[in-house]
Amino acid sequence: MSKNRVYNVLIVGVGGQGIILASDVLSLAAARHGYDVKKNEIHGMAQRGGSVSSHVRFGKQVSSPIIKLGEADVLLSFELIETVRYWPFLAANGKVIINDLKILPPAVFTGQMQYPTDVIEKVKERVPDTIVIDAQAVADKLGNPRGVNIILLGMMSKYLDIPVADYEAVMKEKLKPKLVDINLKAFHEGRSLAGA
Amino acid sequence: MKVLLSGNEAIARGAYEYGVRLASAYPGTPSTEILEYIGENFPEIKAGWAPNEKVAVEVASGGAFGGARSMAIMKHVGLNVAADPFMTLSYTGVNGGMVIVVCDDPDMHSSQNEQDSRHYAKFGKVPCLEPSDSQEAKDIVGEALRISEEFDTVVLLRSFTRVSHSMSLVELGERKEGPKEVGLKKDPAKCVMLPAMARRRHPIVEQRMKDLATFAETFPYNKVIMGDTSLGIITSGTAFQYAREAFPEASFLKLGMTWPVPAQMIRDFASKVKRLVVIEELDPFIEEAVRLLGIKVEGKELTGFLGELSPEKVEIALKGASSAKSAGAIQMELPLRPPNMCPGCPHRATFAALRKNKAYVSGDIGCYTLGALPPLNMLDHCLCMGAGIGIASGLDRALGELAQGKAVAVIGDSTFFHSGMTPLLDLAYNGGSTTVIIMDNRTTAMTGAQNHPGTGLTLRQDPTIMVDIEKLGESFGFKRVQTINPYKVEDMEKLIKEEMATPEPSLIIARAPCALLKTGRILEDKPLRIKNDVCMGCRTCISTGCPALEFVKIDKSEWKEGEKKRPGYTKINEALCVGCRTCMEVCRFDAIEEAS
Repeated sequence: MSKNRVYNVLIVGVGGQGIILASDVLSLAAARHGYDVKKNEIHGMAQRGGSVSSHVRFGKQVSSPIIKLGEADVLLSFELIETVRYWPFLAANGKVIINDLKILPPAVFTGQMQYPTDVIEKVKERVPDTIVIDAQAVADKLGNPRGVNIILLGMMSKYLDIPVADYEAVMKEKLKPKLVDINLKAFHEGRSLAGA
Repeated sequence: MKVLLSGNEAIARGAYEYGVRLASAYPGTPSTEILEYIGENFPEIKAGWAPNEKVAVEVASGGAFGGARSMAIMKHVGLNVAADPFMTLSYTGVNGGMVIVVCDDPDMHSSQNEQDSRHYAKFGKVPCLEPSDSQEAKDIVGEALRISEEFDTVVLLRSFTRVSHSMSLVELGERKEGPKEVGLKKDPAKCVMLPAMARRRHPIVEQRMKDLATFAETFPYNKVIMGDTSLGIITSGTAFQYAREAFPEASFLKLGMTWPVPAQMIRDFASKVKRLVVIEELDPFIEEAVRLLGIKVEGKELTGFLGELSPEKVEIALKGASSAKSAGAIQMELPLRPPNMCPGCPHRATFAALRKNKAYVSGDIGCYTLGALPPLNMLDHCLCMGAGIGIASGLDRALGELAQGKAVAVIGDSTFFHSGMTPLLDLAYNGGSTTVIIMDNRTTAMTGAQNHPGTGLTLRQDPTIMVDIEKLGESFGFKRVQTINPYKVEDMEKLIKEEMATPEPSLIIARAPCALLKTGRILEDKPLRIKNDVCMGCRTCISTGCPALEFVKIDKSEWKEGEKKRPGYTKINEALCVGCRTCMEVCRFDAIEEAS
């Protein structure tokens, strides 16, 4: 990675999934490493079970707080169909990480529409090395069922030029003391699952 | 040391560093976190939630009249509520520095319109400053206070959703107190706006605008950044960041003060560039000021009037295409994911009872506005804070029998204190048959659970008065005031029916804490489940729109011999269900029970 360009990370999912905490940790770690950082997400009404996206940009100097369509280097999606909704943000050679989870939107749970069944297939047609993981299963196995966001952050960290020590320092500083150890464990578990 | 702060946190930090002593606000996205951050971090600042924005401006004015640096904070539409004191505050001037922070919401992420607050600066004849990131947001608070004192005027600080809710690095500084001596000082010629005094103040206001226009020419946050002179962009706020992202080589005139504008600076910049474009959020405010100078400029005909800008919108507007190497889109029919009331939300129960009564419902702003969306479809009007009561009452009075027994108003508790008390008084005073339901969920829910005069707690969680809504209604003269737990949908349905049929005004207080609140909880948090052999698949529970329910279809071909023929059945997601029992109350087949 070049230190002279700006890296764009888009984290998407559904209100209440812990996306903002994950993007906070990422932004703080990037800042700690010495990057200029901007991050943006929408609060308020959108958070009531609505679709959520958090834009994180870091590099030598960052102007816009939102990522241009087609310029996300990484798309981390906490929910299957949200991947598709935000796909136009992905750069042609971007990395995709998907949490294998369906959260049914109103039109589906009220029986008006079907939840698409071919999301992973369609995504892999476009980006064959897409990583798909059932992060909830990993979190449950770790005995930290609320650790999904940090596991996914750990996986993504493998593809970003920010040292592990910066994430660790941020988590130690930002999280409640009793949550530090289990989340450091979740982070490293995610990192190891991302492969080489 | 640099730290990562949101624009809202940076404004709060600015209030601290630049000696603000008093801050007042009503919650409203995207402005809410400013006062919250002050409350949590800066005990040096006297701070509290006001019942509405008009009060916030009046309280801050009091501080400023007494020489204390003061701040009132609101979202864009809040300034409409505060417009009355704002317009005349321009005449009195301030003494101690006073800033009104007003956060615009282009694209209406969480708002009912996308008005451009800068028109208020022009309308009220006061300066308007616009930051473009967190560092500027903090710094510009200091500039605003200095300008306020130097020119004896309130100053508008216009933020945006994408400044308020974006984080970027900020250099922190120490707190410095304001320069004015605080104390009570009699000065009726300046502070009592009788016609004779106001006539003498108006020329001072006009002269002040001239002086400010001169000042704008040297204001350090009006900046020229010369680059390639084939394209010159005049811009402000977030639009500057988008334009610089899209055209890093261009020349920029970045305005930190957008009212009044620096005329000579604009003329000089225009003369140096080949193509001149104004890039700004919402209305052609700077653009019109440039055109009035007789300068040829492009603007809204390229970027349009609607929604918010973005780097690609700016690029496409000026070049016709984006330079991004995109992965394109994936073609798929995607269900939308609009916001929805949470599992266990007491408003859902109230709407279920209203639906059984086929009510025509006037509401306003809050989580309950989501009751307008399918499958509930139970809200027929949302205009502004507090409007539902007046609208229902107006329908009742104008339409007579056509509306009587049908038109009902709903309003949240925080919204009621904000601007529901006066229309309720109007209803009591002028009469009619309107039924008003105060959906009292014990908090300001939509903006993230802020305290209000009905919660018994202040901004800083200190104990205080708790308004008795029932007694308030009685003191207004309501003879029919009743309180009910909305989760008892059948009782609620009966009560609404009775009150709708009554030819006099009635007040129902549907009281149950927000399902997200941990304190005062009446929900048992015991999930429910479906008796699958009993469920007929009638979808009555599904029609409440609860996210913990799911309708599972059964195709006719799957119907088995000896089993009941049904279109499907409901499934309850026990991980989401908090046991509010609204679905159980509306079920006609007794098909829902407690999960063991």
